[in-house]
Amino acid sequence: MISGGILFAALGENPFEAIRIIFWDPLFDPNFASYSRPQLLVKAGPLILIAIGLSFGFKAGVWNIGAEGQYILGAIFGASVALAFYPMESKFIFPLMIIAGALGGFLWGLIPALLKAKLNTNEILVSLMLVYVAESILASVSQGLLKNPDGYGFPGSRNLQNYESAANVEIIANSGMHWGVLFAFITVIFSYIVLTKHIQGFNIQLTGQAPRASKFAGVNPTANIVFCLGISGALAGLAGMFEVSGPSGQITIEFNSGYGFTAIIVAFLGRLHPIGIFLSGLLIALTYIGGELAQLMLGLPGASIQLFQGMLLFFLLATDLFANYKVKIGADN
Amino acid sequence: MLEINGISKTYPGVIANSDISFNINTGEVHALLGENGAGKSTLVKIIYGLVKPDSGNLLLNGVPFRPGTPSEARKAGIAMVFQHFSLFEALSVAENISLGMDNPPNQRDLGKKIKSVSESYGLPIDPAKTVGELSVGERQRVEIIRCLLQNPKLLVMDEPTSVLTPQEVDILFKTLLKLRSEGTSILYISHKLEEIRKLCDTATILRLGKKVDTCTPEKTSTKKLAEMMVGSTIKAPEKLNKPAGQVMLNVDNICCVSKSQFGTSLTNVTFDLRQGEILGIGGVAGNGQDELFAVLSGEQFSQHGSISFNGINITKFNPNQRRKIGLLSAPEERLGHAAAPNMSLIENTLITAENSQNLVSLGFIDWKKSKAFADKVIKKFDVRTPGSQNTAGSLSGGNLQKFVIGREILQNPSVFIVNQPTWGVDAAAASSIRQALLTLSENGAAILVISQDLDELLEISDQFAALNGGALSRIEKTAELSMEQIGLMMGGAKDLEARNV
Repeated sequence: MISGGILFAALGENPFEAIRIIFWDPLFDPNFASYSRPQLLVKAGPLILIAIGLSFGFKAGVWNIGAEGQYILGAIFGASVALAFYPMESKFIFPLMIIAGALGGFLWGLIPALLKAKLNTNEILVSLMLVYVAESILASVSQGLLKNPDGYGFPGSRNLQNYESAANVEIIANSGMHWGVLFAFITVIFSYIVLTKHIQGFNIQLTGQAPRASKFAGVNPTANIVFCLGISGALAGLAGMFEVSGPSGQITIEFNSGYGFTAIIVAFLGRLHPIGIFLSGLLIALTYIGGELAQLMLGLPGASIQLFQGMLLFFLLATDLFANYKVKIGADN
Repeated sequence: MLEINGISKTYPGVIANSDISFNINTGEVHALLGENGAGKSTLVKIIYGLVKPDSGNLLLNGVPFRPGTPSEARKAGIAMVFQHFSLFEALSVAENISLGMDNPPNQRDLGKKIKSVSESYGLPIDPAKTVGELSVGERQRVEIIRCLLQNPKLLVMDEPTSVLTPQEVDILFKTLLKLRSEGTSILYISHKLEEIRKLCDTATILRLGKKVDTCTPEKTSTKKLAEMMVGSTIKAPEKLNKPAGQVMLNVDNICCVSKSQFGTSLTNVTFDLRQGEILGIGGVAGNGQDELFAVLSGEQFSQHGSISFNGINITKFNPNQRRKIGLLSAPEERLGHAAAPNMSLIENTLITAENSQNLVSLGFIDWKKSKAFADKVIKKFDVRTPGSQNTAGSLSGGNLQKFVIGREILQNPSVFIVNQPTWGVDAAAASSIRQALLTLSENGAAILVISQDLDELLEISDQFAALNGGALSRIEKTAELSMEQIGLMMGGAKDLEARNV
């Protein structure tokens, strides 16, 4: 935070004011809080949902860097289901979209999983590259397949918020608490139980800590990779689906906003622990909103808040390093 | 020649050396005897300049000597052969030797020098060969030649015979005696008493970081030496001779390609394992032991041949399926293979006991049952730890090994495969582990023990066979074998005689 202050000072603003605007005003300033507090949940929901999924893989040493792509595919699958039924109204459409969203992300996550299990490819590269494939698909469908026929030729799908059966509405008005946020909370509890009480959670942690021991214990490595990438893909897909049917409303070329990458920071900031991820998700969401506010109030560049998030992760990793190793200056005899 | 005066060294929580003094004379083979953790390694590291003592001093030929680094120690004429070799497998013998030298000559001159040293000391070696192709005994020769090229006044050897066949040990001893006759002093570290009595002129015995005594090993009985080393009498495991029962495990003609580059593939391994019988598999490390264990535990599948358990074909069973029918195993590497170092002992029970102890129901872990099982292992096998919630990595080697072996034995295996059951374990724990194995076999289990410790195999096994280059020798009754026969089964001295000694 001090370095953040120095950064803001270097950008020519009063560091104390900048930090107050980012961390305090969104929650407590009477002018902004009414807008910002719901926004906090809106931003934190997908971050937590994706980060929980990633944490499974990270614990097992399966590095899914492509949550962004799985997020996009989840959104496209969910939106496609909705648009296929348009304009029919039915209470079954939304649950179907949830399943489709999860399935989309799951399938996209399955590609690096199967390649790794069968051909021993590197899941980091494959999942990352698939993000760019997903972005191209997104661009294509928003200008073609899913383009709004009544949209006067502009790229982008129909706005799902105007389609009652498919809209991801707020459960409590003006709280920001939409179905996706509720799902994120349920996922936190679910993953806490899996990791502490279930044998699958144990096997994941064993594989990450001692791969030879997990093989000796009879853990099937293929099943483990598929589970880790599959569940993180499915949760990222869900996040995308809730986003497209809720806050964003439509599939557009620039629909994805980097949640899939930021969630990596969230997962590590939360020490891969479900409760930690819950809290770090809220914190990072706060820096998003605070960052926007700072942009508005102080004219700070938008990239500076990303830099700030990056610094958070950097310092956390550095703390870990210094907690485990001692710096020695000069040769030791 | 070297005087050691009041050396003390304390690490956080342990006193490694406390006020140790003794002298090494010119042209003497001096034994440093003690159990694991008695402080032998620390003392040697101090002499070789790897560790600085807290107090005390060394006098080399009457001059104070305080090596700050190993290269200073080497300049003063001290050379050391470590227990674990520091050789690059992909480089040739000559390249490896030149890497350790301060001013290496060119490869051709060095090759000639290596040849002449190796011939005059009876250590045949080809300088152009790649180290990866050499046997363990030959690798040790490379390390010794590397030391001899420095013309050392004091040669330190850390447990040199633990990896050699009996014939190779004989060659080594001849070399050492020749060095002694030329006036080189040798500090010989070992816990093998017979060897020390045969080879050494003087022995200094360490226990718990303190010097217990200095004696002439020839004039001291093995029993007396052992008692001084351990501090109390050790009860040797008792062996009952019972007739073996029916065949429990039949291994027929298995072949398995090793997964590691310098590993040894198994070729046509065939044997039967009977109820109430312990089959000991000896052999020098790296002759297929790890591969044999992996094939039997189910971590690797053989490409050829079959394994059957009590008539069931289990060739393609994974480790868990084998556990379910009663074939359990305990690998050599405790940390990272048998147990996860950062997990508690309670969590570590789940690695192998998940099914037999019903620790998981409907996918959910029963932590109470797991804790109860961990506590039971700790109690029955005398594992010294503050509690089952401590991590596996926090236990000493011997205690963790007792936990690992106990975890399997308490599941009542009908076939038990164990690799190096007492590797790096102190004498008291080793003896209790061996006793546990004998008790298990008396209760009717069939046990396969893979070990490089010949004394251990002679003590507990009914049948003996050796692995040599991935092939299994004939199986013989242990009681009817002589040391020489065993040595030949292990591959002898790789057709190399002790020449020109």
